[in-house]
Amino acid sequence: MELYNGERPSVFRLLGKYMRKGLYSILTQGPIPTHIAFILDGNRRFAKKHKLPEGGGHKAGFLALLNVLTYCYELGVKYATIYAFSIDNFRRKPHEVQYVMDLMLEKIEGMIMEESIINAYDICVRFVGNLKLLSEPVKTAADKIMRATANNSKFVLLLAVCYTSTDEIVHAVEESSKDKLKSNEICNDGNGDCVIKIEEMEPYSEIKLVELERNTYINPYPDVLIRTSGETRLSNYLLWQTTNCILYSPHALWPEIGLRHVVWSVINFQRHYSYLEKHKEYLK
Amino acid sequence: MDLKPGAGGQRVNRFVDPISYHFLQFLWRTLHLLVSLWYLQVSMVQMIEGFLISSGLVKRYGALDIDKVRYLAIVVDSEEAYQISKVIQLLKWVEDMGVKHLCLYDSKGVLKTNKKTIMESLNNAMPFEEAVEKDVLLDQKQMTVEFASSSDGKEAITRAANVLFMKYLKYAKTGVGKEEPCFTEDQMDEALKAIGYKGPEPDLLLIYGPVRCHLGFSPWRLRYTEMVHMGPLRYMNLGSLKKAIHRFTTVQQNYGT
Repeated sequence: MELYNGERPSVFRLLGKYMRKGLYSILTQGPIPTHIAFILDGNRRFAKKHKLPEGGGHKAGFLALLNVLTYCYELGVKYATIYAFSIDNFRRKPHEVQYVMDLMLEKIEGMIMEESIINAYDICVRFVGNLKLLSEPVKTAADKIMRATANNSKFVLLLAVCYTSTDEIVHAVEESSKDKLKSNEICNDGNGDCVIKIEEMEPYSEIKLVELERNTYINPYPDVLIRTSGETRLSNYLLWQTTNCILYSPHALWPEIGLRHVVWSVINFQRHYSYLEKHKEYLK
Repeated sequence: MDLKPGAGGQRVNRFVDPISYHFLQFLWRTLHLLVSLWYLQVSMVQMIEGFLISSGLVKRYGALDIDKVRYLAIVVDSEEAYQISKVIQLLKWVEDMGVKHLCLYDSKGVLKTNKKTIMESLNNAMPFEEAVEKDVLLDQKQMTVEFASSSDGKEAITRAANVLFMKYLKYAKTGVGKEEPCFTEDQMDEALKAIGYKGPEPDLLLIYGPVRCHLGFSPWRLRYTEMVHMGPLRYMNLGSLKKAIHRFTTVQQNYGT
């Protein structure tokens, strides 16, 4: 699979593709993660290291992202979640935030133009997070690509934007509360407003854990989480979903990530598959 | 490690092409054997390094800036948590290093069950709940120890969610506003404290077990926690503990900015 590339593949690229195929045929003798999540850490450090102009690190990071998604797709991974932009990132310098938003808009519009290729590969694109915080053009473009690829199912690309786990948990509590109100048929004043009269108060059943889990942004839960640059924290990402997830922190900066890192994470997933499945069963 | 074949990608069908299937299975098992040998070699190097650090032969880890570790959490695999003597030895090392606040977690609650035995074995430690009650958390004389399990994670958040929902219903009863439920992270913090979950976010989380995975430690308390995998509890050593804490003291976080 080659995204965004209408050129005839070179000999080396074809050779690389067939070598990867050989490697995958060995790896797929064991369980393959259904869902891999990524934290794209190190773009700015990469730009500094290679003395690139401003934004050069993010551009290199985008190319690395395309490669990694290709490897996941070829390997048979079903879901990939990318931590594209955190709510905390809004505290960066305004021009830096604007640059990332502009880059995101450029890439989403690029995806919209290549919609036929994305549909041909049966890829579903979903933006998850507090999307109300996005600027209008980015939100409109995101909605457009989500609608256009909603029916695809072979590979689901989840882009976490304006996302933090704690915001997600609070959102899940809000949604579960709204579900409780609706299920008690209180909101029946005809105008769609939620008015609760004291005499009509019914006893409510409690919000259950399974209801909170249903209302999180990201499902199913990842099997592996890869954070580049050797950092060992989650930075408010997928805290709820990583109970049984292998955390892998290669020292490579995000633009330096390659097939070897994806393969190594899959090998480690296979090594500990039985242990994590037992733990999942215990927690059910 | 227990290798099991799976059903991913483009698997070769064992009935359609048995030769290819067995050959690929052989290659797959050989790959995993080589990876296991690599990890064995890494473990041996880490044990030797740990021994050298414990003996004081590596000067770099001599002085630790332990004040930077305001709250330490230790996650132990539940099966390994039954090795209570190992757990006690680990806690004694942590106590001797000067850590003031510690949270011990295993998902099944084995450590909670053995809380009394563990606390009695420590020289100068106090249960976290007692320290909160007596308001002596800032008192640096004793180490406070909090015990946690999976019921203190997502289930606690669910209970806090019900606290928020009930508050919303009481507010809605007054008929003042027609707003839909809208909560903030600060309100969730307050709700958790109201039902007894006052433990702060750990700075550093050490994982003793076969996998680098937090095994369900409270999601609300892990936002910027550094997580270090220490390997199985049976191979723990003082040198590795010192190295992990030393490394933590050199980390700089930008918190997303």
